[in-house]
Amino acid sequence: MRKLTRRMALAAGFALSLAALPAAAQTVLKVRPFGDLRTLDPMTTSDYMVRNHAYMVYDTLFAQDAKGLIKPQMVESFTTSPDGLTWTFVLRDGLKFHDNTPVTSTDVVASVKRWGERDGLGQQLAAHTASLTATDPKTVTLVLKDRWGLVLDALGKPSSMLPVIMPARIAATPSNQNITDATGSGPFMLVKEQWSPGSKIVYAKAPTYQPRKEAPDGLAGGKLANVDRVEWLIMPDAQTALNALQAGEIDIFEEMPPDMISLVKGNSKITVSKLSALQGVFRMNQSQPPFNNLKLRQAILRLVDQEQAVRAYVDDKALYTVCPSFYMCDSPYFTDAAWPKADVAAAKKLIAESGYKGEKIVVLDATETALSPQTLVVSQLMRDAGLNVDYQAMDWGTLSSRRTSKNPIEQGGWSTFASGPAAPDMTEPVGHLALRSNCENSWFGWPCDEAIEKLRAEFTMTPDLEGRKAIARKIQERAVETVPYVPVGQFWLVRGQQASLNGLLSPGVPVYWNVSKNR
Amino acid sequence: MISYVLRRLAATVPVLGFVGLFVFFLLRLTPGDPAILIAGDQATTAQIASIRAQLGLDRPLVEQLVAWAGQLAQGDLGRSVFSDMEVTRLIGMRIEPTAMLALVAILMALAIALPLGTLSALKAGSRTDRAVMAFAMVGFSSPVFVVAFLLVYVFALSLGWFPTQGYVPVSQGLLPCLNSLILPGLALAMLYAALLARVTRASLLEVLSEDYVRTAHAKGMKPGRVVLRHALKNCAIPVVTVVGVGIAALLGGVVVTETVFNIPGLGRLTTDAILRRDYPVVQGLILLFSLVYVTVNLLVDLSYVLFDPRIRY
Repeated sequence: MRKLTRRMALAAGFALSLAALPAAAQTVLKVRPFGDLRTLDPMTTSDYMVRNHAYMVYDTLFAQDAKGLIKPQMVESFTTSPDGLTWTFVLRDGLKFHDNTPVTSTDVVASVKRWGERDGLGQQLAAHTASLTATDPKTVTLVLKDRWGLVLDALGKPSSMLPVIMPARIAATPSNQNITDATGSGPFMLVKEQWSPGSKIVYAKAPTYQPRKEAPDGLAGGKLANVDRVEWLIMPDAQTALNALQAGEIDIFEEMPPDMISLVKGNSKITVSKLSALQGVFRMNQSQPPFNNLKLRQAILRLVDQEQAVRAYVDDKALYTVCPSFYMCDSPYFTDAAWPKADVAAAKKLIAESGYKGEKIVVLDATETALSPQTLVVSQLMRDAGLNVDYQAMDWGTLSSRRTSKNPIEQGGWSTFASGPAAPDMTEPVGHLALRSNCENSWFGWPCDEAIEKLRAEFTMTPDLEGRKAIARKIQERAVETVPYVPVGQFWLVRGQQASLNGLLSPGVPVYWNVSKNR
Repeated sequence: MISYVLRRLAATVPVLGFVGLFVFFLLRLTPGDPAILIAGDQATTAQIASIRAQLGLDRPLVEQLVAWAGQLAQGDLGRSVFSDMEVTRLIGMRIEPTAMLALVAILMALAIALPLGTLSALKAGSRTDRAVMAFAMVGFSSPVFVVAFLLVYVFALSLGWFPTQGYVPVSQGLLPCLNSLILPGLALAMLYAALLARVTRASLLEVLSEDYVRTAHAKGMKPGRVVLRHALKNCAIPVVTVVGVGIAALLGGVVVTETVFNIPGLGRLTTDAILRRDYPVVQGLILLFSLVYVTVNLLVDLSYVLFDPRIRY
């Protein structure tokens, strides 16, 4: 009886072990993304995780290459009329959605119209559009009301919200409702039944995808899915993710905290590379005292030493840049025109001139974010300069809600918060989140300046690069006076990855085409 | 007995009602707005307002409460405001990892605590007793995340015996599932084992001084048999009570353990939902936890009958 029992136990154990084996060997890329996928609609939220999801499952008409130039992606060819008002786009042959239906111009028109209701640049395109029509199944014709200069920049926008192309039946969803069907025409498709919010998102290689023949270049070029599946494994704790990377349980660890880099430096199986650049933005609430005071804002611009602030987060010179500009330092519109040097004495003089009388400055700090160390440094600089700082630590959810308040400080209002928009959102004056100065319609903090807005409008109507650069320079000169925000340094987020991976791209947005791993 | 169970079950309804009401208003008083988080960083005020309207968050609080209560009456916990998935489905996806983790942790804790507590009581005042009590003190004082990272460092990263993180569902094989739960189960069991060992020791010491134990010894019964047959059974009531209370403590402990070991269970779902202000998910989870708590307490009370025939309901 005893022998029988033992044998039975061994047999049962063996059977259980066999049950654990995968049905078929597939190449699975396991990624720990920086966050979680909360919704599926890339046209209703600027959440970067949703943007990254969009790059997995959707394709775009145009895409930005490594040099920042806009290149055709789903579009085979396009023409412009001599007056610059009529644009004709012809789609590539063989484009298909994941449900095996062809991508047609009707889908393009419906998608672009939906995107144009929500995205800032899309809304501008819509405002300048006289008509957008499907001329034949492969041809889309756009007729502008005036010679608006950002058609390609809009349709090839690299970051949130992306002008992705979805089936017309899904694009018919009202733009104030989230779509729930993630059918796209991109290199991967969402395996929705395996999506477990907060835990795992699974993508499978899309058999219907037709990549371009060119080599991948930035976000443009051929998008070859070289793995069978990509699994995004949500791990809220960075130390857990590092352990998993070291044990070979995951292939990629997005947004590895800089203080962990030294822990893997001697590990030949792991490499660290740049993932995406951010600009630290220290935002002031201009709708309430004390930062409705121009002199006080100018004082903060002179008070902040970017190097001091950014080094609180990352202390490796290769991973940060002190950038004397509102634009990213490696962007085409970078200029250091009129930029004042950090000067505490000058800042104190401006504080005195501002008539500041010790009013409370409420600093909101989401302590789980990369910008928290910079917030602490700037808070201390303000205290040292004699400002009355009320530092309030909280989570991002609370901060996101508090910053929408225009109430006085005594009624739950706020004075400053820090955020880190990604490089693609901070390179030119139209899409630039924090430079916009259109009062109630601008980003939280609500800067209001007619001159900047006129220059931004002029930028959109200027077709040539040199002309635009000159306008971008004027905007910077004006913004140094009005101080819509204070940049607190430009820094790189990094990712840890298995050294055995091949072809992992770094276009500034995490994308997982072209990458391969051994089976 | 049956009428007692029915009365206790009936009493859960007002308890759950009160908990539901409390959580509903507590969440609405907490700073944060799911519509703002859904809309993202670049949303305009109009876009946020549109999402709030879509989610029904612009309606008066009482109206929202009545709508939720109406859903609950039909057994519908609502849908996540983010993923649009049914809350019951979301919870269903997360129950297995937490249940398995809690089960493994309780079994490990009992396997560690009962022998140690018994040994300690039998050798009261000896070096063994002091060593067990020292272990209990260290176990009780060590934060779960410290124990967890130490276990990962030694048994996963250095020795490579276990995975550093993750959960393998039972459907992929019981052994791989248990393999993925050894370290998290142990991390969670340590605190619990320490508590149980102390209670077992104290309870057993009290029972060992009772007259019937002396009588059993006087009759010539072997010491091991005295402990197993008479003493342990009679010291079970405080131990079972602590096991019951401990299940509630485990529900709190799994939040940290599930985070450190990346186990997609109810603890992670709770923290994620709270951070996102996903009201329907938080409300559903708190109701579930309350139900578990009430049920476990009822089962503990009923189990007393097994250990002490004098108890009648």
